[in-house]
Amino acid sequence: MAKRPKTYGLLAEYENSADLYHACERVRDAGYAAWDAHTPFPVHGLEKAMGLRPSIVPWIVCVMGFSGAALGFALQYWASTIAYPLIISAKPYNSYPAFVPVTFELGILLGSFGAVFGMFGLNKLPQLYHSLFNSSRFPRFSDDRFFISIEARDPKYDPERTRRLLESTGATAVEEVED
Amino acid sequence: MSHYVQTQHEHDQDPLEGRTALITGSPSFHQVTEMVAAPIDNPNKAWWLFFMASLSLLGVFGISLAWLLWEGVGIWGHNNPVMWAWPIVNFVFWVGIGHAGTLISAILFLFRQKWRTSINRAAEAMTIFAVICALMFPTIHIGRVWVIYWALPIPNQMQMWPNFRSPLLWDVFAVSTYFTVSLLFWYVGLIPDLATMRDRAKTRIRQVAYGVFALGWRGSHRHWVNYESAYLLLAAMATPLVLSVHSIVSFDFAVSQLPGWHTTIFPPYFVAGAIFSGFGMVLTLLIPLRKWFGLTQIITIKHLENMAKIILLTGCIVGYAYALEFFIAWYSGNPLETFAFVNRAFGDYSWAYWIMWSCNVITPQFIWSKSIRRNPAALFVLSIFVNIGMWFERFVIVVTSLHHDFLPSSWDYFTPTMWDWSTLIGSFGLFFTLFCLFARYLPAIAISEVKGVMPQASPHFGGHKSHRPASGPSRAATPSSHGRSGVMDSVHDEDDAPDSSSASAKVVVTGGAAVARDRSAEDDADVPTRVEPPRAKAEEPAKAEPAKAEPAKAEEPAKAEPAKAEEPAKAEPAKAEPVKAEEPAKAEPVKAEEPAKAEPAKAEEPAKAEPAKAEESAKAEEPAKDEAAKVDADFLFAPPKPKDEGPSGSKE
Repeated sequence: MAKRPKTYGLLAEYENSADLYHACERVRDAGYAAWDAHTPFPVHGLEKAMGLRPSIVPWIVCVMGFSGAALGFALQYWASTIAYPLIISAKPYNSYPAFVPVTFELGILLGSFGAVFGMFGLNKLPQLYHSLFNSSRFPRFSDDRFFISIEARDPKYDPERTRRLLESTGATAVEEVED
Repeated sequence: MSHYVQTQHEHDQDPLEGRTALITGSPSFHQVTEMVAAPIDNPNKAWWLFFMASLSLLGVFGISLAWLLWEGVGIWGHNNPVMWAWPIVNFVFWVGIGHAGTLISAILFLFRQKWRTSINRAAEAMTIFAVICALMFPTIHIGRVWVIYWALPIPNQMQMWPNFRSPLLWDVFAVSTYFTVSLLFWYVGLIPDLATMRDRAKTRIRQVAYGVFALGWRGSHRHWVNYESAYLLLAAMATPLVLSVHSIVSFDFAVSQLPGWHTTIFPPYFVAGAIFSGFGMVLTLLIPLRKWFGLTQIITIKHLENMAKIILLTGCIVGYAYALEFFIAWYSGNPLETFAFVNRAFGDYSWAYWIMWSCNVITPQFIWSKSIRRNPAALFVLSIFVNIGMWFERFVIVVTSLHHDFLPSSWDYFTPTMWDWSTLIGSFGLFFTLFCLFARYLPAIAISEVKGVMPQASPHFGGHKSHRPASGPSRAATPSSHGRSGVMDSVHDEDDAPDSSSASAKVVVTGGAAVARDRSAEDDADVPTRVEPPRAKAEEPAKAEPAKAEPAKAEEPAKAEPAKAEEPAKAEPAKAEPVKAEEPAKAEPVKAEEPAKAEPAKAEEPAKAEPAKAEESAKAEEPAKDEAAKVDADFLFAPPKPKDEGPSGSKE
């Protein structure tokens, strides 16, 4: 069954970050939800123009970091007092001051895993295929162009009105992207 | 809302921050991409030469390791008191070098040092490769390399567990954590640049290779929000980590009870030394790299100078630590401690000790000279001395403390064998081979981060238009946005413009380039007429109000500050009576560079002031007009400190 290519949405291209910033404010105020901005670098303050919530990565890092530290201490306590109790340098089995470095390192290690893999998870990466890559313009997002994509699944999406909105924001080009 | 008449180096100034631009020559974003990616497309001869040389040294390393595994650690020059010797010297040396990368990427990031963006990628790569070299040495030092896993807490058939009270085991955790976190940090920073490489790849192989590691990155700002948060947190965690790692390395020595090692100064002393040697190696690598890869616009003299200053600072800290060790050895009154240090400076290894002093303490003092620290060739030579000096520091610490131990009958002198030397030289082969491959296949500059600190990256560039507030009828009509109103309203906070409707946002411009452009289009003479004497002279009655002012001028301030519209209008020069001719002439040279301000206080001054004679003021205008002719309308709104920005950082 040959399917007719569906539309992913509209992609608008901007020359610079200032135009993109103001366009994002317009799209945000128009009430779209399934849309995004694509930039070569994080444009400062764009999350405000887009009305995004702050990231929850810090919470993941917090939980992971403290779990790592707890795990690190538990490992040392268990190994030194239960699994393999040996008196070394006349120190008690649970010589906790000596356990501080490893506890700290494992806290950092798991916290870092939380930051990186938490970020991947929240961003749903890796995602090697994405409809936006069907656009021939889009690859310039990683070089010197700024884009806004509005998805067709957005309830407010209307091919004509959405296109007019994007065109009115100073986009240098607006195109439809196939899914 | 001020603008100023830009006089010099206007292309090397950041028009938003008014400081020397980090990237010289004002390239476009695309030019930055090409500048960094070009050497990846076409490796030059220098690269091949260097790579082949490194590869040969790597071969030397391979042969040394093979012979070591075949024959055993007896091929080295260890002897009974000096059991740690060469491998541990090399381990500490390489771990120390590995500290600059994370310092640059994490600590300078937390301090918002934007210049780090030009050098952090290469420095992080250097860190990872240096730590790989470092990890080789304790591994081969144990002799039976195949049981190195005993150092890890892995359940095993012997029912044994590592001794967690040993600093050597702390080291295992510290260095491997450091390696892992540095690798993650480096990789996370690489993802956007890998996407850039993917998107500009011309062959399918490259597209797939870069594409797989770019993970499908599409620059989504929803992703950037999480990305930046993760990056910040990695920096926040890597900062204590980098300080802890070399502290723990120093515990290997300080926790033992050996004179010369058992000192509390070791952790900070080691960390300062690590930063010192790390920056030395960064300079050694980056000075040729920027030349051969054509990156002098991105890694500028300013960057080299900043690194040189850090070398000077940490070099002084290291020198202080050397002196303090001696002081404590004497002040403690402990004969063993005193002997260890006197033996260090004047004993069998005094040659090594004084090489250490001259390379680490005396050489960096040349950096006080501005002409030396802005000279890449001089810095390169200097960085080599730093590398040598820091290797000798570790040699002195390890060998001099061990070779004369508590029992004089067992004293001995350590001499490295050929295999000691080949292993050390070979480890440089491993390091440089990895670095060459990095420079050949991965962007050596953090492209997206460099773009992010360029002036045109800011949404404020090209005219500070008023941001549209989120509140208003349009939002009320969209129920879906109510839940986010808290976030949206905060948009308004950073606007310095009063509320404006969406329609007028395009028209009403509250300052910056657009105003300047209008003004210069209407009448060139208007810009100089708005020049005022400095505040210090404001009490003097005379004012250079031009006689030939036009009605249009009265509206200029009105556009900028609607509330003050009438005050400048009062100062119509037509009514003016000439009073003093000399005063405006005196004030004139200063005025030409003084930013014109439409602040209330100043706006009133023309009203009170007695305007000068028409001819005099017309004369006073002329130099100012010349300045105005140079004005590039796009750069007009830079902050008002053009005079402070000397030629620093702009010449190559």
